[in-house]
Amino acid sequence: MKILVFVKQVPDTDDVKLDPRTGNLMREGVQSIMNPLDANAVETAIKLKEEYGGTITAISMGPPQADDVLKKALAMGCDESVLLSDRALGGADTLATGYPLAKAAEKIGGYDLLICGRHAVDAETAQTGPIIAGFLDIPQVTLVDSVKIEDGYAVCTRLLPDRTETVRVRMPALITVCQEINTPRYPKPAGIMKALKKPRYVWTAKDIECDPAMIGVSGSPSMNKKIFEPPKRNTDTKYFTGPIEDVAKQIVDVFQAENLI
Amino acid sequence: MLIQFTEEQKMLRDMAREFTKNEIAPRDKWMDENGFDWELCKKIQAAGFMGANIPEQYGGGGGGIVDTTIIAQEFARGSASVATFMGGQWLASNLILENGTDEQRQQYLPLACSGKIFAFGLTEANAGSDAAGIKSLAVETKDGWVLNGSKAWITNSGVADYYIILAMTDPDQGTSGISAFIVPKEAKGLAIGKFEEKMGVRGSATCELAFDNIKLPKEALLGVRGKGFKMAMQTLDIGRISASAVCAGISDHALQLAKAYANERKAFGKPIKAFQGVAFRFADMYAEIKAMELLAYDAATTKDAGLRCSQDAAAAKLFATERGIQICLQAQAVFGGNGMSKEYDIERLVRDIRVWSVMEGSTEILRMIVSGGVLASK
Amino acid sequence: MVKEDYKGIWVFAEQEQGILSPTVFELLAKSHDLKAKLGGSDEVTAVLLGSDVRGLAGRLFEYGAENVIIAEHANLAEYSTRPYANVLAGLAEKYKPSIFLLPASPTGRDVAPRVMCKLLTGLTADAIDLDVDEDGTFVQTTPNFGGNILSHIAIPERRPQMVTVHPKVFSPLAPVSGATGRIITETVEVEADSAYQVLESTPRVFAGKPIAESDVLVAGGRGIKTEEDLAMLGELAELIGGQVACARPLVDCGWLPHEKQIGQSGTTVKPKFVINFAISGSVQYLSGMQDSKCIVSVNHTKGAPIYDVSHYGAVEDYAKLLPAIIDEIKARKQA
Repeated sequence: MKILVFVKQVPDTDDVKLDPRTGNLMREGVQSIMNPLDANAVETAIKLKEEYGGTITAISMGPPQADDVLKKALAMGCDESVLLSDRALGGADTLATGYPLAKAAEKIGGYDLLICGRHAVDAETAQTGPIIAGFLDIPQVTLVDSVKIEDGYAVCTRLLPDRTETVRVRMPALITVCQEINTPRYPKPAGIMKALKKPRYVWTAKDIECDPAMIGVSGSPSMNKKIFEPPKRNTDTKYFTGPIEDVAKQIVDVFQAENLI
Repeated sequence: MLIQFTEEQKMLRDMAREFTKNEIAPRDKWMDENGFDWELCKKIQAAGFMGANIPEQYGGGGGGIVDTTIIAQEFARGSASVATFMGGQWLASNLILENGTDEQRQQYLPLACSGKIFAFGLTEANAGSDAAGIKSLAVETKDGWVLNGSKAWITNSGVADYYIILAMTDPDQGTSGISAFIVPKEAKGLAIGKFEEKMGVRGSATCELAFDNIKLPKEALLGVRGKGFKMAMQTLDIGRISASAVCAGISDHALQLAKAYANERKAFGKPIKAFQGVAFRFADMYAEIKAMELLAYDAATTKDAGLRCSQDAAAAKLFATERGIQICLQAQAVFGGNGMSKEYDIERLVRDIRVWSVMEGSTEILRMIVSGGVLASK
Repeated sequence: MVKEDYKGIWVFAEQEQGILSPTVFELLAKSHDLKAKLGGSDEVTAVLLGSDVRGLAGRLFEYGAENVIIAEHANLAEYSTRPYANVLAGLAEKYKPSIFLLPASPTGRDVAPRVMCKLLTGLTADAIDLDVDEDGTFVQTTPNFGGNILSHIAIPERRPQMVTVHPKVFSPLAPVSGATGRIITETVEVEADSAYQVLESTPRVFAGKPIAESDVLVAGGRGIKTEEDLAMLGELAELIGGQVACARPLVDCGWLPHEKQIGQSGTTVKPKFVINFAISGSVQYLSGMQDSKCIVSVNHTKGAPIYDVSHYGAVEDYAKLLPAIIDEIKARKQA
């Protein structure tokens, strides 16, 4: 079984701030990591390989340092990696990201299952996976929290807010996985030692035969006009002070005023 | 930039750092209050760290000394107790790796890699630096050996699956009369005493061991009879290098805690880092931590190249442990009164770092080794 | 593609088993706001797919749709990605809407990228605001990094401008009983997707009703030290007729299930009353509850961000205050 897993490098923090002078993201001191849900995706791929056999190709699109997340994917157990790195691909929105990733999948060919993390923790669009599936014209299953393979079909359970669904999809297919699906393994020291000896490819837009009009800034219908921090509310808060019993009384007064008791 | 890690070493460091941040650091306070953390131990086993020092043919990570030193330093940033645990594990399994017969290596090293815990036992209640003063005695019989005696202050005792016990086989020969034995925890006659109530590294398991006529097969002898002490000293070089990096990790943790506090705490209208009395401490801390790292990785690189490094390993530990204690105290001073409070982590680091200047070669012994080496040479 | 040819604001009338998603009504309301800001000449159209769903058109008109496009087919009875995407893309190509809004529900976020990919247009995900700026450009606000940073996105050239919109951000218009409008019936050829089959669907069982439906919430955060204290929150909730909810740390540590989480990655709530205990008020948390009608917060740190949105506050240790509150309520109930 041939599995392709897509991984993205993202900043490691819930605490990104904007530089008040430039209005840009403050990158200094912010580490980069593999998008946590992509780690779930890699773990899904490795578990499937352990159970059913096959190969896993990890794919990422980004600047040269995005190779770090591919190294981690290899150390976790993927068999080969592909980095799409090209200035022409930069500045892309989700459409112009999904397109080259789909072209890379086409170049690799012969895939059975494509696995993506449900969303990336920076922009959280959850669109890239379905767009890849769209360009490849293959079925997709989103919000997957378990998957097994039966006779050329992926049988998935989906975790929806009000129910769980069991879905059977004929491969080749693409699934996006939620964090509930597994706990990603730490690459073992032995895996780390072997990682960099595995086949690693770097492809440009030309290598994957991208239509220049569909990549990069010119291939992106969406643009980011501005980034800013959410406006802070400044509600006029009435504070209750005094001994604890008095504070409790004042709060219960509010309960009464609001007809809660 | 003297320390240059390979790509793989950087990946190893990043992975160890992530594991520490996610799994180890959040548990350190719990371990300080409750002792050895079996749940965390399982995670360490699952992540393949137990055999990081063992060659791949036995199922290990194939790491050299630099590699395990990197892991030890990262772990120490999160928990001195866990760094102690790993150190004890690797020390004992390294002894088997460096001195075991093929059969012993085939038997025990895969066990270490798969997660079995190993402990190294030399010290006794009445014999620490004076190793020749140990009283544990192994008497040869026609089937093997009979072991009697006791041990104290053994890291990983009480949780280990296997103990490497150093005992006298020829009491009249001093340190050349000491041999090493592999003793499984199930051995009949092995009694494990209560856990030691320690000042620091309280998440590391330490207890007394008693040996009451333990019968050991011939194959339990590790290496050559009478060479036990020498083997142990050679392997201890690795332990000392590791200890230096661990102290660098603990010291850096202390520095980071103090830095965060100095940024937040205000006095006389300013964050206290604005006062040179506070700020200057960080200059010294930084320089000394950097020095510790360089000493550690220099000795590690030398050892990995197969060259002798006993003096440098000793010098590295001497410097790192003594300066580490001072750095933690300095960092604690930044906290003022709050440095005394258990609500802040710094007091735990002050307690945790103390043991390193005592175990695996006390500062005094190390000064003997280094000064002896320096003065003996031309 | 000439963008001036594209007019009108579409809302995907997501329905399941004949029940329209409430977000549809929220989006119809917002569409009118956008229509006014865009000069008034864009018609608001609901797009309804399914089988035997004509009856829902009335509700759509009541909540503000001016037109309803109905595409019915047996193979659209149950949602399936590719058949729905094909129909929606075909309709969009035929009718050329300028703006196409969908709920940011699992279905909406599943189908919208497939449609956008077919139309080679822009799609903004999970918007928390929609507006028209000084240049007359339609702008969408989306959260990044869990809501710590917001972006203004625009789709300057391609059409339709597609957006999936976060639920409960906008409020529906008051329904106008008997309202009506234009129905456009589309005959569509739809092949079922033989590659995709739903084998079974099991409702999830939760303790209590969804927190988004509660009028009164008692929320706990990272500072809650013990599970006994958590139980006390439950006791208070019962006394004031509410439900327990929480900030993310109590889900991460396993004390409460994800359904109880308020916030960016949890549920957005707008109850009549919420009282917060030991919650500092991260951006992600605040964005999930700041529009609640009456907010009381208890935290032991003065100046915690939670107070920025609170009407009433007490800078106290919850462990002391919470039992005192419970005792006071019981005392008053007795009297």
